[in-house]
Parts: sequence; C-alpha cells; structure tokens
Amino acid sequence: MKKGSSTSRRTFLQAVATGAVSSGIAASGLVGRSSWAKEYPPIGTYPAGSSGNSVFIGISVPRTGTYAVQGEDELKGYQLAVEHINAGHPLIKAISPKSGKGVLGKEVKYGVADSAAKPNTAVQAQQRFITENKAVLMTGSTSSAVAVALNKLAQREKVLYAAGISGSNDTTGKDCVRYGVRQCFYGQTAAAAIGPLVVKTFGKGKKAAYLTPDYTYGHTVTKSMEDYLKTAGWTTATNQVAPLGAPDYSSYLLNIANSGADVLLNVNWGHDAVLSTQQAKQFGIFDKMKLVVPYQTPFLAREAGGGLLSGVYAATDFWWTLQDKYPLAKMFVEAFDAKYGYKPEWGANNAYMEFALWADAVERAGTFYPPDVIKVYEDGHKIQSTVGEVYFRAADHQLVRPVIIVRGKKPADMKNKEDFYDVVEVVPGEPLMQKPDAFGCKLGDYT
Amino acid sequence: MFTWPNLLSQLFNGLALGALLALISSGLTIIYGTLGVLNLAHGAMFMLGGYAGYVAYQATDSFIVAVLAGTLFLLVVGVVIERLIIRHFYDRPHEDQLLVTFGLSICFVEIVRFFFSSLSVNVPAPAIFSGITQLGVMAYPTYRLAVVGIVAVALLALYLMLYRTRLGMIVRAGIEDPVMVDSLGINVFRVFMVVFGIGSMAAGFAGIVNAPVVSLTPDVGEAILVQTFVVVVIGGVGSFPGAVLGGLIAGEIISITSMINPGYAYVMLFAAMTLVLLVRPHGLLGTRGRE
Repeated sequence: MKKGSSTSRRTFLQAVATGAVSSGIAASGLVGRSSWAKEYPPIGTYPAGSSGNSVFIGISVPRTGTYAVQGEDELKGYQLAVEHINAGHPLIKAISPKSGKGVLGKEVKYGVADSAAKPNTAVQAQQRFITENKAVLMTGSTSSAVAVALNKLAQREKVLYAAGISGSNDTTGKDCVRYGVRQCFYGQTAAAAIGPLVVKTFGKGKKAAYLTPDYTYGHTVTKSMEDYLKTAGWTTATNQVAPLGAPDYSSYLLNIANSGADVLLNVNWGHDAVLSTQQAKQFGIFDKMKLVVPYQTPFLAREAGGGLLSGVYAATDFWWTLQDKYPLAKMFVEAFDAKYGYKPEWGANNAYMEFALWADAVERAGTFYPPDVIKVYEDGHKIQSTVGEVYFRAADHQLVRPVIIVRGKKPADMKNKEDFYDVVEVVPGEPLMQKPDAFGCKLGDYT
Repeated sequence: MFTWPNLLSQLFNGLALGALLALISSGLTIIYGTLGVLNLAHGAMFMLGGYAGYVAYQATDSFIVAVLAGTLFLLVVGVVIERLIIRHFYDRPHEDQLLVTFGLSICFVEIVRFFFSSLSVNVPAPAIFSGITQLGVMAYPTYRLAVVGIVAVALLALYLMLYRTRLGMIVRAGIEDPVMVDSLGINVFRVFMVVFGIGSMAAGFAGIVNAPVVSLTPDVGEAILVQTFVVVVIGGVGSFPGAVLGGLIAGEIISITSMINPGYAYVMLFAAMTLVLLVRPHGLLGTRGRE
C-alpha cells in the first residue's frame, strides 16, 4: 500500500512537472510544433513525407500540346517560388510572415511531369509522386479537367492539391474537395467583373456569339457570361463548341459570321485562343463584330500578333504593370524578369502565389499534418498578395481576390515590346463571388 | 444554325478543308500502300515542312522560296530517314514500325520545340492572296481559296506521277504485289526510298502551304495526324484516289455537322469512320487483302 501510494505520488508529480515544463516550452515557442508531430495519426503522405530534411512537391503541367506555352510559364512561377522559399526571400516573407528558410525549416524539392493537359496523364504522374516521393503537395493544371481530376485524387489520397490555372466554376463548385484550394479567378468572377464593362461599352440587348472549348472550363465560363449578359437583355446568337486542340476553326467561324451577332466572346484558351482569334480575323469576323476575351490566355496578345487584341477587353488574374499599384507585384515582376528575361504573365504569378500561400498555411499550422494545414486555409486570415489583400473562403476553398480587367493596346501605343495591355480596372473580389453553395460545393472530410 | 447562305458557305468550306486533308493523307497512304509502313511521324513531318518554310521565309521574305524549302527539306528528310532507319523495319512486325515512327515523331517535335519553343510562329500569306474575297452570299479568306487551287494542282501532279510514269507504275505494282515487282528484277529498295521521300515531300508541302492558315507550333501535326488516319481509313488504306475522296468526305462531315451541332463535328468524323469499317472494312476505294 505504502509502496503503491509512493509510486502513485511520484507518477503524479512527474506528470505534473512534465506537463508544466512542456506547456511552458510550447507557450514560449522554444520548439516548433513539428516536435508534436508524433501526436497526429498518419494520413496521406504524413508523416513519411515530412520526416526528413526536405519535403517534396509534385508538379504536373502541360509542356506539350495546346496549353504548352502556358504550362512552361506556370512552371517558371513554381520554380521561382521554390527558390525564394528555400532562400527565405523577402517576397515570400511578405506573403508568409512566419516563413524562414524552407517551410518549417525543411528544404522544398519538387518533381515535374508533363500532363499534356490530359487528366489521366496528370493523375498517373501525381500518383507516382505520392507513392515514390511522398509528395506533401500536388499542383499544376492549365486545364480545369485536370484540376477536377486532381481534386478527386487529392481527396482520395489525403494529399493537398493547390490547383494551377483553372477557370471552371466546378473546381471550387460541384467538384470542390476538402483537400483542394484555388488561387485564381474563374468563370463566375470573370463574368461578374467584365460583364458590366461589356454592357457599358456595347449597350444593352445585343447578340453574342461564343467560341467555347468543349469541357468543364469552357461550358462554365460561357454559362456565367450568358447568365450575366442575359440580365442586360443580351441573347446568344450562337455558341460554337469545339474540342480542345481543334486544328481548324473555319467551320465554326462561318457559323459565327452568318449568325448576325454583335460581339464575339472567345472563351477558347491556350493555342486554341490564338488560332481561333487569328482565323476569325482571316474570315473577316472583326469587320462585323467586336471581340471580348472573358478569360484571358497568357501570351495571347503576343502570339496572335498584328495588334489583334488592340481595343479588346479581357478579364485576367494579373498583369505585370500592376507593379505600379502593388509593391509585392513589383517585387515579383522584378525577380521574375531578372531570372527569366521577360515580364511574367498571369500563369506564372498564379503559380508563385499558390506556393507562397501554401508556405504561409503550413507555417501558420506549424505542421505538415494536412487537416491542420487545411484548417489554416479555412480560418479566413488576411494575406498580402501581389494583388493586394486576399483570403480563402472556408466554404469552398476559393481565394477571394480581385479580377483584373485589361484592354489591348494598339501596337503604336506600346511603350515596350511587352506593353500589350492597359489595366482598366481592378475589380474587388468579394462582390464578384457567388454564394458558397450556389455551385453545389460539398467539401468532404478532413480525414 | 441552318440558313441557306450558311449551308453554301459550309459546303464550300468542307471542300477547302477536305482538299488539304486529302493532300496530307495522300502522302501517308502512298507510303503505307507501297511499303506497308504506317508512318506515325507523318504529322511531325507536316509540322517540319511548316517550320522549314518558316525559316526560309524569315531569311528571304519570299513565300515561294518558303514553299520550295519546306517541300525539298522534307524530301531530303524522308530519303535520309528511310535509308538510316525505316529500311531496317520493313521485315519487322507492324508494332515495331509503329514504335519507331512514333519515336521519330517525338524526336522531330521536341527538336523543333528546343529551337523554337512552344510559342507559335506565323508565315503570312503572300500579298496577292491576303484579305477576303466575296463569293456571292459568303465572304471567304482569299488565301484559303488559293489553297484549294494549289492543292488541286499538287494532287494532279501526284496523280500524273503515280498513273502516267514508269515510276508510278512500279509504285502501283508494289502496292498490289511487292514480291512480284521484286522478282521482276526491279530494285525495290531504291523505289521504296523514292516513295518514302515523295510521301514525306507531300507532307512537307502540305505543312508549308497550310502554315498561313494556322499558326505553327511544334504540336501542329498531332491533331492533323489523327484526322489523316480517319481520312485514310474512310478512303481505303493504301489507295491514292481513296485519300482524295476520304479527305473531301471528312471535310464535308466536319463542316456540315458543325452547322447543325458544332459539338459533334469531330465526333461525326469518327462515327463515319466506324460506319465505313463496319460496312466496308477495306475503305471506300481500298482493295481487299493488300497484305
């Protein structure tokens, strides 16, 4: 009895002492929360993916096919972000104030796979990164079909996925997942941002023709534009749906030329946008109707050439002259230009921001344990970005961020060879967004 | 969207699209018909022709020089490839031939991407063919009109070569019965090399003629290759007249369907191919049991 009570007292004292000391240490921040990692149950690639000195990110971008140019640009944004994260660059620290070098002191490594903008190719590549490299984060897409597929993979494998370029309402709508987040603008916000300007410029009660790529991105962007313009009495003269990577648009353009439309809204993206815009010019479409680009493609003005975009309004995520307005944009544009020798387009900026936002979430969580990181994404904290203050919406994991409206410049008005657009308006993000459940988002489980 | 002006426009556009598809497909079908090699690098060769022409255009500002350069460069590429690689695969299984030509196409595409990046490049139409021509109820790009004429002349030249020359006779005999041609003492290997060169040249010519219509990227041949196979299957594998007929049918299917429901334009192309395979497996003008 005596022995028993003595043991009991000693155990009690030890427990109290240990508790006091450890809570004191934790409160004083003497050790990182990663030392508590053992308390979390394994999930996805946790803890295997973050138990060493480095963590791995799987990047799948299109380096071939219709979206290759945009994929390469996106990749450059990711690479610059990794370089900055590992070096503790001031720009990363401005976005993610708790960041030091690396993420929670661990070096960030990455692998790159060519997705060719095909969902199954991207899923196979990311599955390999998860299995072989224990990736703690997946990213990359310039097609919403890929983003939606990787969303599903992320939720199944319980590995975070930060969508790359993805303009479909579905990515954070009906196909949203707990393990997926999106930084960039999308059909709904694009339409709500550019719609008023389109109506103001061309008037009410006009007829619109659409060129729509035949997958989730195209369908939802066109629907959002139609819905908005309908409120101003616009009707749809024709909606020409074409497959991704169509080699020729002549038959679609003839239908548009004969449709009697006043405005052509070209929803095509990547090389499809370049080719369809050039061929529309060949068919004399722009003598009959005006062009609007609801969801701008990086490099469109440059590739289409011939001042085809001059006077054309487009909604976008970022344009480099925003550096005059936002100090972080200036830092980003200068760092990117110094490394790659050209001004970044929005795909690169989007990629950079995704990684910076992820670093911020992990640093704030103090752990790589995915449910905790997700909860930080969801806590609504404000973040300084290259387009001002932004935050993630908890209900659908969509970043609430402004949409940028640009207008193509005439070649004669360009101050340098990359001065393709004037920034017309920076439209605040919050009023542009639909109600969180409007597109049927159900996020799913944390574990 | 049915209106009479639109129907007329689409019928004409189908002809123009089909003419170009026929030209590209003819090179593929001549090679397959004679050599039995299904050349998966044909799309990449189409692309190479465009880029060779683009380089020549940059240097000279002459579209005619560009066409000559694109065509001749691919003749040389075809002959060299045949000598160095393809020749060793005539007696190998079809799978090996598919793999080696697929590998070649990847090499061609990535070499071009290495030097030119994925950013598209443009070869403008010659000045006399720029702009739009009003044809009754429709306005049509002048250069596309010119392409119909250019392709018609090119197909006629190929036809005359295949049906009115001794070489053509040997090639057609080779399509029907290569063993017999060989046993008649004709140097089949030399004929094969020439045929592969001519087939490649047709792809190169089509590539540079098509360049002002599309903007060139390293991947420009990929989508075309798929359509080309459909054309060849519809027309009859190995049949030159079949390639012309198949091309025109494919062009009209894409154009007419797009008028009714644009989302099904390319789907209908494959549906037509499936129908042909079911009803006439050797194609509309193909001969049964070429093997």
